[in-house]
Amino acid sequence: MTTTPTASAVTTATGKRRSSFWHDTFVIFRRQFRLAVRNPAWVIIGLLQPVLYLVLFGPLLEPLAGAIGAENAYTFFVPGLLVQLGIFGAFFAGFSLISEWRSGVVEAERVTPASRTALLVGRVLRDVVQLFVQGVVLIVLSFAFGLRASPGGLLLGLLIVVLLGVACASASNALALTTKSEDVMAPLINSIALPVLLLSGILLPISARSGAPDWLVTLSDFMPTKYIVNAVRDAFASDFTTANVLWGVLWTIGLTALAVWAGTRTFRRENS
Amino acid sequence: MNRRTDNGTLWPVAARWEDLVAIIEARALARTFTGRKGREKTEVVAVAGVDLSVDEGEIVGFLGPNGAGKTTTLRMLTTLLRPTSGTATVAGFDVARDPVEVRQRIGYVSQSGSTSPEARAGEEVVDHGLLYGISKAQAEARGRELFEQLDLDGLWERQPKAMSGGQRRRLDIAMGLVHDPSLVFLDEPTTGLDPQARANLWEHIADLRDKRGRTVFLTTHYLDEADALCDRILVIDQGMIVASNTPDALKREVSGDLIMLELVDPSRAGDAAERLKAAGSTEPEIDGASVQARVPGAGSVLAGLLRSLDSVGVELASIDVRRPTLDDVFLTVTGRSLREGA
Ligand SMILES: Nc1ncnc2c1ncn2[C@@H]1O[C@H](COP(=O)(O)OP(=O)(O)OP(=O)(O)O)[C@@H](O)[C@H]1O
Ligand SMILES: [Mg+2]
Repeated sequence: MTTTPTASAVTTATGKRRSSFWHDTFVIFRRQFRLAVRNPAWVIIGLLQPVLYLVLFGPLLEPLAGAIGAENAYTFFVPGLLVQLGIFGAFFAGFSLISEWRSGVVEAERVTPASRTALLVGRVLRDVVQLFVQGVVLIVLSFAFGLRASPGGLLLGLLIVVLLGVACASASNALALTTKSEDVMAPLINSIALPVLLLSGILLPISARSGAPDWLVTLSDFMPTKYIVNAVRDAFASDFTTANVLWGVLWTIGLTALAVWAGTRTFRRENS
Repeated sequence: MNRRTDNGTLWPVAARWEDLVAIIEARALARTFTGRKGREKTEVVAVAGVDLSVDEGEIVGFLGPNGAGKTTTLRMLTTLLRPTSGTATVAGFDVARDPVEVRQRIGYVSQSGSTSPEARAGEEVVDHGLLYGISKAQAEARGRELFEQLDLDGLWERQPKAMSGGQRRRLDIAMGLVHDPSLVFLDEPTTGLDPQARANLWEHIADLRDKRGRTVFLTTHYLDEADALCDRILVIDQGMIVASNTPDALKREVSGDLIMLELVDPSRAGDAAERLKAAGSTEPEIDGASVQARVPGAGSVLAGLLRSLDSVGVELASIDVRRPTLDDVFLTVTGRSLREGA
């Protein structure tokens, strides 16, 4: 009565085909995006963030710019705001994964043949889309305030920020699946994000020129995000061939690769 | 391990099922969880070494009390959890070496939910199907068919958070079946269902086997469910399989039928007990005028027993024969009862 369970004997009657990475990524992304867009808070707060940054922070920039020696206040500060948007927004992306894990969604996805990287990247794409829209809104608004930059510079800057967002969102997802607790994750993220924010000169540049003491400058030299912010600044200023741009791009690519690898591992690992 | 070999009679299937080609085959499958409690390392042996074999087209029930290791075993067989030791082949592939091949061929309904509370039921089911690589049209058609069969009509657009517990449970089941897998793992599928929904699901599961030739491996701690639905039952206790056979064979082999004699004259209880033992019973229990003992296959010894009681002049007020229940089996092999309140 029994037949050999060869591949053909056990495949389903519906004749399924093997799913691919991009297909799986798209399915996961579409599901995540649908859930996010239906949440009005996600849309409104997401769009409001860049506006608030500019409206509430912008007026302080112009007098500051002179003190630091920057020609155009917005060309100098908007890159910092963009990076901050990327780091902070994406760092908190993992929180939704914890509740998904709790409701059994992660396990249900893990039992399918879907690529583990797709489970991560599909989610990260949702955050990247959000970041991209926020970045564009911020840049367009800043133009109204007085930002001037070449299209190529803006594009490279935005690209770096989006890649950084991929890295941070992946790291955040990895952290979420590792801690599985909002109560553990929130202080952890704050304790990572705050020094990063302060030490990489996102808002106020840390350099001898801005009057920072030597030890602070040395400390900030160890912050990859410092090079990334500087790279975006140089890109906005159309200085594409600086060491800053090289190091910033290299760091961004490196961090992204590392975070995607770590994130995929947490989806692959048992107990997630 | 040794418990199994000690009780050779509790393991009559291994020899028989081994010659057939199994769709699930586990050898000494074990899982130990290591945790940390303060500075000490804690170890929980969830599954101590499970050997099992499931044939294509069978409905096999995994029966055991809370914490016996049912879910852990299922999670190893479905590639969600790596075994600490031992091997398992599912649908022709090794769970540790070829997890993707295994995943491709199975469906799994976990003990605790599988959908986002905020999502819409139908979309969750279709997306789940898409991750198995079936087309959108197939996923949608099969999803709607399952909704109808599982009494979820009209809930396609509903958010799981706005569904009742039993409806959500049935949604989980629809998720696990949307790609029409040839082998399905169901972890306590009927928990939280009302009697009607439960009967309906039993029917659905039986249809999976009868009409589609699917194999179903399910866990339960409902004895009636195991009895009514399963071709074969594996009893697991403390991470080890302690019995395995068809429900009827288990009842027959493990405990036998209970013969209860009510005597007219209590002083003849000793004689009655002797006759019972001569008929092949267990050590009879005497309580006043009533004498009871278990006999494997009471139907074939009853006539002889009555004649022999008659020949020594023991008069009966009444005689009662009770077929063993699965709970009797459970009590015998684990020393505990699964019955509610027991
Ligand atoms: N992730 C884990 N970490 C540590 N111990 C675990 C883990 N998962 C399960 N256990 C332990 O392993 C044992 C078996 O658990 P399992 O979930 O397999 O039981 P079960 O038979 O499914 O029980 P139930 O009927 O309650 O669902 C239990 O003692 C449980 O506490
Ligand atoms: Mg369980």
